Amino acid sequence: MRHEAYSDAYIRGILNAVKTIAMVGISQKENRPSYFAFKYLLERGYRMIPVNPGQAGKNILGQKVYARLSDVPEPIDMVDIFRASEHALPIVQEALALKSKPKVIWMQLSVRNDEAAELAESAGLKVVMNRCPKIEYGRLSSEISWMGVNSRTLSSKRPHTLGTGVQRMRLGPASDNDNGG
Amino acid sequence: MAEAERIPGFATLAIHAGAKPDPTTGARATPIYQTTSFVFDDVDHAAALFGLQAFGNIYTRIGNPTNAVLEERVAALEGGTAGLAVASGHAAQVIVMHAMMTPGDEFVASKKLYGGSINQFNHSYKNFGWNVVWADPDDLTSFERGITAKTKCIFIESIANPGGVITDIEAISKIARKAGVPLIVDNTLATPYLCKPIDFGADIVVHSLTKFIGGHGNSIGGLIVDGGTFDWGASKGRYPMLSEPRPEYQGIVLHETFGNFAFAIACRVLGLRDLGPALSPFNAFLILTGTETLPLRMQRHCDNTLAVAQWLSKQPEVAWVSYPGLPGDKYHALAKKYVPKGCGAVFTFGLKGGYDAGVKLVSNVKLLSHLANIGDTRSLIIHPASTTHRQLSDAQKVQAGAGPDVVRLSVGLEDKEDIIADLEQGLKAK
Repeated sequence: MRHEAYSDAYIRGILNAVKTIAMVGISQKENRPSYFAFKYLLERGYRMIPVNPGQAGKNILGQKVYARLSDVPEPIDMVDIFRASEHALPIVQEALALKSKPKVIWMQLSVRNDEAAELAESAGLKVVMNRCPKIEYGRLSSEISWMGVNSRTLSSKRPHTLGTGVQRMRLGPASDNDNGG
Repeated sequence: MAEAERIPGFATLAIHAGAKPDPTTGARATPIYQTTSFVFDDVDHAAALFGLQAFGNIYTRIGNPTNAVLEERVAALEGGTAGLAVASGHAAQVIVMHAMMTPGDEFVASKKLYGGSINQFNHSYKNFGWNVVWADPDDLTSFERGITAKTKCIFIESIANPGGVITDIEAISKIARKAGVPLIVDNTLATPYLCKPIDFGADIVVHSLTKFIGGHGNSIGGLIVDGGTFDWGASKGRYPMLSEPRPEYQGIVLHETFGNFAFAIACRVLGLRDLGPALSPFNAFLILTGTETLPLRMQRHCDNTLAVAQWLSKQPEVAWVSYPGLPGDKYHALAKKYVPKGCGAVFTFGLKGGYDAGVKLVSNVKLLSHLANIGDTRSLIIHPASTTHRQLSDAQKVQAGAGPDVVRLSVGLEDKEDIIADLEQGLKAK
């Protein structure tokens, strides 16, 4: 699979299907991008599991922190890698060795490791690289449009409110909006 | 698996980019959110919005849902990553510069610019200690020579006011890239219909929406488009608003948090928020309506203008016509590269009768409107030397293409025969 561009249907399919996300490399510092993304996804109903050896045993946003993926006691749908590209391969290897294999490997903005991607894909996992799930969710739910960002979506269908709170949107079904879907 | 997605055409984007039916009411046209403020769920939600952790609206000085549609519309048309709407083109320039410049810094600017920009750079920016270094777009080495250790950016216009000048965007973008500074292109006269500067290496595009994008002479507005192409972290602290922890936002680093739309966000949450030139949502709505017909209008503008320029070039009272659409024009070759669909609607011509003939013509026309603007459905005429460029020195006026004999036209969408007839009676009248 080519990783320069992803269709909206591919990204929306992933973000609609996953329920549990383990964020490897999340920071406890409230001003870091990983903290922002964790909080955003938590508020949109994802089960968020922080993984960070330096914070193991503590809580981030009320969620217990684990030292490594293999310590997480429940099945993980998506591993979200917030570490430098050179760390991606051992993380993917650890993910593939889990009792219940995840369905998706997601690497953050500027994180890209083609070897790790190929390994995951040949084991049947979906891979996304150099993207932020918060930004992609914001783009596909139309929330990010409030910030003047080019969502690169075009649709005559109404965006869907999350159902709780003001100014919160949800992703909506794939058929509504996407090219390539 | 990653199927190629159909990319919508320009006319489709001009109508739809940024706009979806209102989630609550289903309203199809963009509602005018004529509100100053927006409620929060609770204090945590408020804190998340203020801290940039959540996307949403707080206060119309910072952002407004009507303005947001316009921002995404123009960003999509330009091929950028994000947009920011502000009160005017002048405000767009100040906000862009404010994000990059500190007292003592310099920027290199083409000397072939709208007179208002020349004044802003030469006079008002002095109060901030921002120093302009002028360069000649007809001599690219002057841009290279203008770069110093203090240079923060390069500024040019794609089609330059008062008309007839096409700037070699790609060549200048290479100079900017080599110097490690972003290239800003004012694309007002061309609009993305005729030219997309980001395709040629621009990093930031600015617009006076007042002109062709709004298109109907009814609303002042400006817009900044982030090309998403410049690496703000690469230049070792040269752009601290983007690359350093911001005290205004508990120490977040904007280019890490917002990736390739960080510059637009910085302009919004640091510049617009603190300096205040917000666009009225009502203006945004009117400009958006104009944007829907941008491709139709721009093509008609260009076709009418070519006919008018051709007619003028045959008139005995006319000494010269500067319009790149005419064969033999100095910029004809650059026009074929940068604006192949047409050379825009704004151009200048010189009258053999000099200053007095210019004044007489603008006084005698009955269909063309004598006023200071460009990019209206109505045809417009002005004598720059006595108006838009009045405050420049005689030498600067000539340099800017606004000498005493020069008349500037912004050709509108009337029947071209009527425009020509009005110019004819105006030229021949005693």
